[in-house]
Amino acid sequence: MRLGSLWPRKASTAQTAKERLQILLAHERAGRVADNLPALQRDIIEVIGRHLKIDSEAIDIRMEQGRDYSSLEINIEFPAASEPKAPSRR
Amino acid sequence: MTAELKKERPMGRIVTITSGKGGVGKTTSSAAIGAALAKRGLKTVVIDFDVGLRNLDMIMGCERRVVFDFINVIQGDAKLKQALIRDKRLDTLYVLPTSQTRDKDSLTLEGVEAVLEELRGEFDYILCDSPAGIERGAQLAMHFADEAVVVTNPEVSSVRDSDRVLGLLNSRTKRAETEGAEPVKAQVLLTRYDAARVGKGEMMTVEDVLEILAVPLLGIVPESQAVLKASNVGMPVVLDAPSAAGAAYEDAVSRLLGEEVEMRLAGERRPGIFQRLFGRGA
Repeated sequence: MRLGSLWPRKASTAQTAKERLQILLAHERAGRVADNLPALQRDIIEVIGRHLKIDSEAIDIRMEQGRDYSSLEINIEFPAASEPKAPSRR
Repeated sequence: MTAELKKERPMGRIVTITSGKGGVGKTTSSAAIGAALAKRGLKTVVIDFDVGLRNLDMIMGCERRVVFDFINVIQGDAKLKQALIRDKRLDTLYVLPTSQTRDKDSLTLEGVEAVLEELRGEFDYILCDSPAGIERGAQLAMHFADEAVVVTNPEVSSVRDSDRVLGLLNSRTKRAETEGAEPVKAQVLLTRYDAARVGKGEMMTVEDVLEILAVPLLGIVPESQAVLKASNVGMPVVLDAPSAAGAAYEDAVSRLLGEEVEMRLAGERRPGIFQRLFGRGA
């Protein structure tokens, strides 16, 4: 019998601590996602840059690591298409 | 003129949280002081200098949102704004996490200086959470400090290490090396203070510690169960349920901001009459 089952655990802060560690350590042990992100960012900028003119600073990468899945959110801002002197073809 | 525009930006104050000894509460204190400053509307960033042993992110509850880090920024792999993580509870509070996979040699004096200078223009307070020890990481964390909070437990090895760190603050920092500059303003933050044990004569008193270290006292944080609970859930202790430790950090931050606040041990049980009468002499 597991000792833990003697004391039914509510949503204690200790339980929260354990879960946070489990999720974090699973990610840390599994691989080195974080190490590859700068390279990933460079590649994304390069690939998109082949097709669209983007500013390398206008890329925003966010991550949210979860127990079942993680999400990587990549936002790229385009400069407003309002070049005042550009010839317009109305 | 750009020079005039720049004047309107905050000229951030760099405060290093350091101690020499490990486990005395540097990261807990960094998170609490950072959150308390941010609560007052001051734009604050807390930087983790403990390269390879990242933990500030856990204590501040943003560990799942780390993408880029301090080292990526120093090495030019990411922009500062990409690495800054905004706190979900306070929009004036930011964390700059460190790398979990690199080592301390990734930090360079020039790189640290460049990042701090950029932050100075954006933030009111820049807190540097130092690693333990007095090696490279700790020295870089204190090098550009305007002020230092030396976290100390009322215990012999901690006080000894604090004394050593105070020496370094006076000799190995930019302010110390710059002729005519004001020295780093160092203050002691006494943590894990147990009034009952002090009453029994088992723990050095505040006066004992200050007499030895001879620097001003920023605050006294009592030993408190609230600290572990807050770290379990990734909440700076000043944002969690009201506690003696949280109140002590709030007071310390008031003093950091130059307010006069009476030194008190909020909400702690006073030692009993017997302890007070007989404790110290036993």
